[in-house]
Amino acid sequence: MKDAFGLPQSLLVLGGTSEIALATARRLIARRTRTVWLAGRPSPGLDEAAGQLRGLGADVRTVAFDALDPAAHEDALGKVFAEGDIDMVLLAFGTLGDQAHDERDPNAAVRVAQTNYTGAVSAGLVCAGALQTQGHGSLVVLSSVAGERARRANFIYGSSKAGLDAFAQGLGDALHGTGVHVMVVRPGFVRTRMTAGLPEAPLATTPEAVAAAVELGLRRRAETVWVPGALRMVMSALRHLPRGVFRRLPV
Amino acid sequence: MAADTVPVTGWGRTAPTAARLIRPRTYGEAALAVRDCGARGGIARGLGRAYGDAAQNAGGAVLDMTGLDRVHAIDADGGTVLCDAGVSLHRLMQVLLPLGWFVPVTPGTRYVTVGGAIGADIHGKNHHVSGSFSRHVLSLELLTADGDVRTVVPGTPLFEATAGGMGLTGVILTATVRLQPVQTSLMSVDTERANDLDDLMARLADTDHRYRYSVAWIDLLARGRATGRAVLTRGDHAPLDALPPGTRARRDPLSFRTSRLPAAPSFLPEGLLSRTTVGLFNELWYRRAPRARTGQLQRIPAFFHPLDGVPHWNRVYGPGGFVQYQFVVGHGREDALRRIVRRISERRCPSFLAVLKRFGEADPGWLSFPVPGWTLALDIPAALPGLAGFLDELDEEVAGAGGRVYLAKDSRLRPELLAAMYPRLADFRALRAELDPRAVFTSDLSRRLHL
Repeated sequence: MKDAFGLPQSLLVLGGTSEIALATARRLIARRTRTVWLAGRPSPGLDEAAGQLRGLGADVRTVAFDALDPAAHEDALGKVFAEGDIDMVLLAFGTLGDQAHDERDPNAAVRVAQTNYTGAVSAGLVCAGALQTQGHGSLVVLSSVAGERARRANFIYGSSKAGLDAFAQGLGDALHGTGVHVMVVRPGFVRTRMTAGLPEAPLATTPEAVAAAVELGLRRRAETVWVPGALRMVMSALRHLPRGVFRRLPV
Repeated sequence: MAADTVPVTGWGRTAPTAARLIRPRTYGEAALAVRDCGARGGIARGLGRAYGDAAQNAGGAVLDMTGLDRVHAIDADGGTVLCDAGVSLHRLMQVLLPLGWFVPVTPGTRYVTVGGAIGADIHGKNHHVSGSFSRHVLSLELLTADGDVRTVVPGTPLFEATAGGMGLTGVILTATVRLQPVQTSLMSVDTERANDLDDLMARLADTDHRYRYSVAWIDLLARGRATGRAVLTRGDHAPLDALPPGTRARRDPLSFRTSRLPAAPSFLPEGLLSRTTVGLFNELWYRRAPRARTGQLQRIPAFFHPLDGVPHWNRVYGPGGFVQYQFVVGHGREDALRRIVRRISERRCPSFLAVLKRFGEADPGWLSFPVPGWTLALDIPAALPGLAGFLDELDEEVAGAGGRVYLAKDSRLRPELLAAMYPRLADFRALRAELDPRAVFTSDLSRRLHL
């Protein structure tokens, strides 16, 4: 069960090698989390992540999960929930793609959309159903500021996150009053493997900062969390810029 | 019997979870509800005054027991009452005071049920004299997981597991309670101020035995030499001859009148109770208390239940809710109490409802909270930054001193510390495993703390 501060005792991470997710897991293990499930494609990286978290004192198990195989989500995630209550699901999988390449390779672009959006729709609904049955829990969805307004430089990724973001907001409203809390997290540029080598955007942040914002959001039962918080104002302004101006921005 | 899936919280309004809320009107309906409560079990709930998650059951059933609210029999000569578990102490006072009887123990609110009073094994300002509520229970009827209704009497393992057992042994249906005789419905109250914590503890230790009821409001925002300054209010039921002749009170000495202000509105924002506002309140509260006054006549609500005058006062903390922290450390561990008070004061926790009390003998319930020593209770807004970690540190201090925190108020204890705080926990778990192997009786509290 979550305590009065929204801190979970059990955590299911979808996308078990995500650096943001692992930073969040480390932070929550230091508080109350004792049981962690890492769901992801079986890989040495997933096992290594599990080992690291075990070193912090948590009981960690991995489960095979592929965002691109939605037909298998019900079974894979159903097994996890059958083992006991999950207080928090962190939906953290996603891929950035390679915008320039993907514009020329529609199949690759579709994979980005399928991973980030349709995969999350399927996994999100499966988890939402299970959480609703247990009558409590938080579904924390890692969205992105990129979904707030599509940019020339990464609109394939951005559009997939826009879909995910809208889905998660609607899901949160649908689950209002069921004891299940849905929180959309919108980080800006986060320094991780996924963004390594990319030019850094203003207000760049770290996985640890996102983890701290997630903990705070859980305590407040927030529905939307921006990381860093200043992005809320920045994006609110950018959202209203005329297209012609927005297009010319060096972002 | 209505059932509805609704979000449920405790009085602190933190950690809402959804449950089917069922309101049985007969014992038969209660038995049906327990039989049909499903895989996630059920738990009895009274008036929802437990601060944390004791009367919540995510995804399962919550039995609202306030529909079972009959007072069956009063022995006006012997001083006992037999009533349903859903009867509130408020109702008992209304019924009993005109007959010259009072409830044996009342907490800081009258709006608790008899079932909840036993389940949490509540204590009051008279603990140092009278012990906890369950010490005055002569027998109770318990609906257990197998559907049986058992008569449970003190001295048996099932009674000792049920008293303070947070509803996890079954659903209490009725109880027979021994009462306290009174001549009037007024209290004769002595008030005095203590300059600091040492002064306060000395006064409580030296003169508590003269009073049936004793408690101290403590200013946890006072710093430096004033750390732990307090106002002591102690007293007893006023005898008839203490009432001035010719007054209305003298003509009608047993009348029980209560008045309530309008309820706190539901839209109050976060942050009303800040260090500034609470500091100001505490300063005023301390200054307006007389340095020493004896024999003041107060009405029962003013002495025991001042907050009951404002319905939904818990809304003052805003939508983020609040956490109540109550612990006890034994006699001889005053050092731990001093350290904790100093830390709270240095931390500037905005707490305006902090009380310190000396407990008497421990009570027989396996999970009953009181042990002989000092208990401090305080309310803190849940949104205070860093509060979770700070309270964890206080837990370590409390557990290190052999103390414990009160389950009826808890919403955040680390489960690992529970066994150290409650040595009879293993017995409790064993009894539950035997009596209720499928864990029909389950609450968010029992899930969180692995009770």
